Amino acid sequence: MLKTYEYPKFEYRRPAELDSAASGRRPVIVVGAGPVGMSAAIDLAQHGVPVLVLDEDDTVSIGSRGVCYAKRALEIFDRLGLGDAVCDRGVSWNVGRTFFGEREVYSFNLRPQPDHKRPGMINLQQYHLEEKLVGRCAQAGVEIRWKNKVVGVQPGSRSVVLEVETPDGRYAIDCDWLVVADGARSPVRHMLGLDVEGKVFTDRFLIADVVMQADFPAERWFWFDPPFHRNQSVLLHKQADNVWRIDFQLGWDADPEEEKKPERVVPRIRAMLGEARPFELEWVSVYTFQCRRMQRFRHGRCLFAGDAAHQVSPFGARGANSGVQDTDNLAWKLALVLGGQAPEALLDSYSDERTLAADENIMNSTRSTDFITPKSAVSRTFRNAVLQLAGHHAFARKLVNSGRLSVPSVYAESLLNSPDADFFAGDMVPGAPLDDAPVEIDGEPAWLLDHLGGRFQLLLYVERAADADARALAELKTAIALEPVLIVARPGGRPGLPVLHDVRGRFLERYDALPGSAWLVRPDQHVAARWRRLAPAAVRAALARATCN
Amino acid sequence: MTLILEPNFAEPGRRYFRDFSPGDDFYQLLIDAHRDLTDEQSALLNAKLVLLLANHVGDIAVIREALQRARENLAPTP
Repeated sequence: MLKTYEYPKFEYRRPAELDSAASGRRPVIVVGAGPVGMSAAIDLAQHGVPVLVLDEDDTVSIGSRGVCYAKRALEIFDRLGLGDAVCDRGVSWNVGRTFFGEREVYSFNLRPQPDHKRPGMINLQQYHLEEKLVGRCAQAGVEIRWKNKVVGVQPGSRSVVLEVETPDGRYAIDCDWLVVADGARSPVRHMLGLDVEGKVFTDRFLIADVVMQADFPAERWFWFDPPFHRNQSVLLHKQADNVWRIDFQLGWDADPEEEKKPERVVPRIRAMLGEARPFELEWVSVYTFQCRRMQRFRHGRCLFAGDAAHQVSPFGARGANSGVQDTDNLAWKLALVLGGQAPEALLDSYSDERTLAADENIMNSTRSTDFITPKSAVSRTFRNAVLQLAGHHAFARKLVNSGRLSVPSVYAESLLNSPDADFFAGDMVPGAPLDDAPVEIDGEPAWLLDHLGGRFQLLLYVERAADADARALAELKTAIALEPVLIVARPGGRPGLPVLHDVRGRFLERYDALPGSAWLVRPDQHVAARWRRLAPAAVRAALARATCN
Repeated sequence: MTLILEPNFAEPGRRYFRDFSPGDDFYQLLIDAHRDLTDEQSALLNAKLVLLLANHVGDIAVIREALQRARENLAPTP
């Protein structure tokens, strides 16, 4: 059925372990070569950790599946070295329109603030993203073993032993840490007998990838109760290569096998697009969903990430996006623990921070689901009342919930944060993901976030580069590498220090900067601490706190 | 006082990082309040809620405007 995409077939190679009993123990094995597993692997490789990825299949995702990649995931992909490749391939969009019946009642712009490198969202078929990730894994020195299926897991206090099945037989391999990213059904989670708790929604949705030439703008269009699909919702998204994603709500009573048949699907799409518009069907699936998570994401030496650890409804694109944010949070912590620079407790903070993020994602996607598919007559009445009022009143437009699109969590309550001692305005609180800003380096345009991340950094804001207190900077010698970065209001350099010129004053505005203000930034680009005056002892204490030392 | 039609939900002491959060908090409270009620009970709950909030607002000019707005597109204004 597929017309625009040829699935690659990755080569299976006979693992050496089948021929020689003793293979070296691996620091990290990742189970699952999806967007989450591969992001984890690349991030770890960039931290100098050798990684082995095991995947039971030998190709990419079948069908477009996870389509929307939000700004924060794109910023993470930038750090992982594939942001441009992903964005160039994808369709970027910021505007979403919501219709009730035949009328538009609400529209939003995901990126109300100018001067960010990345757009609010791009749409890209998951198979394209995975192909880019496979390519980047190869560059980064990550070994992926295709057709290597994990069939047994023995967790121990010092290592995890895996039993792996290949076309040539089985072998055992052990690792210090296991990253479990094998998806919603997570065979590894099942083998370990671990639960994932939450609720199943009694509704079914049809998703179709449709190829057509259409001059619709690159926007997200969402219909409540449209004339072409009464009493249900419909969602339209543009993807790469003139492939459009259409979601139809079907209701719980729909027969998934019947609904997948072209003779059922084609009339639905024709009713929506009109008789005149030619299109071809590429891929069709019927899905249900759950909102649930594991109680903890760390179980000894097994670390769960992405859908294996938590699942949400698709409204809000919070699945793959939050999975990639999991790995953003996990990789640097795991690298420090492996390097002996932080205690294992740092990995509990991974679970603490990301279970709260999962709760936020589950809450938002559950609210969207309850709005889109009301469960009672009164709930439907309120929903329709909001949609009617939204045509006239701003307060009601804010209540229209067709999906609160993925935004990163603020780890405001994290134990890794050092609480503010000084007053700052704005949202860049300890725990917040950093806002981007345009900067210049030696007169060349650049972006703040492209120069942050991957290590701990200390941002110091000064009027001129020469104003930075050389003695205080010299005193910043710390056990864990800490790179000072100057943000300057006026252009100019300083030997031996990265200097970013806040060319449009966006840093000043977004970070509530004053000359002398300093921020301790984590390797995942979240704020750990901030001060109005640079005091090396306070920085050392905050760095210790941010690494559980 | 005139009827407020701009977004106006907030909970004192709470910090919101996303502008949709306070409205969504309210909406969830509202829907949760109706959970497991019959349609008749729900209608009664809504009536009580209107009476409680109307008394809280107090200003009959504001209530009159709200009633007019709520009735729009339903039937001719009485």
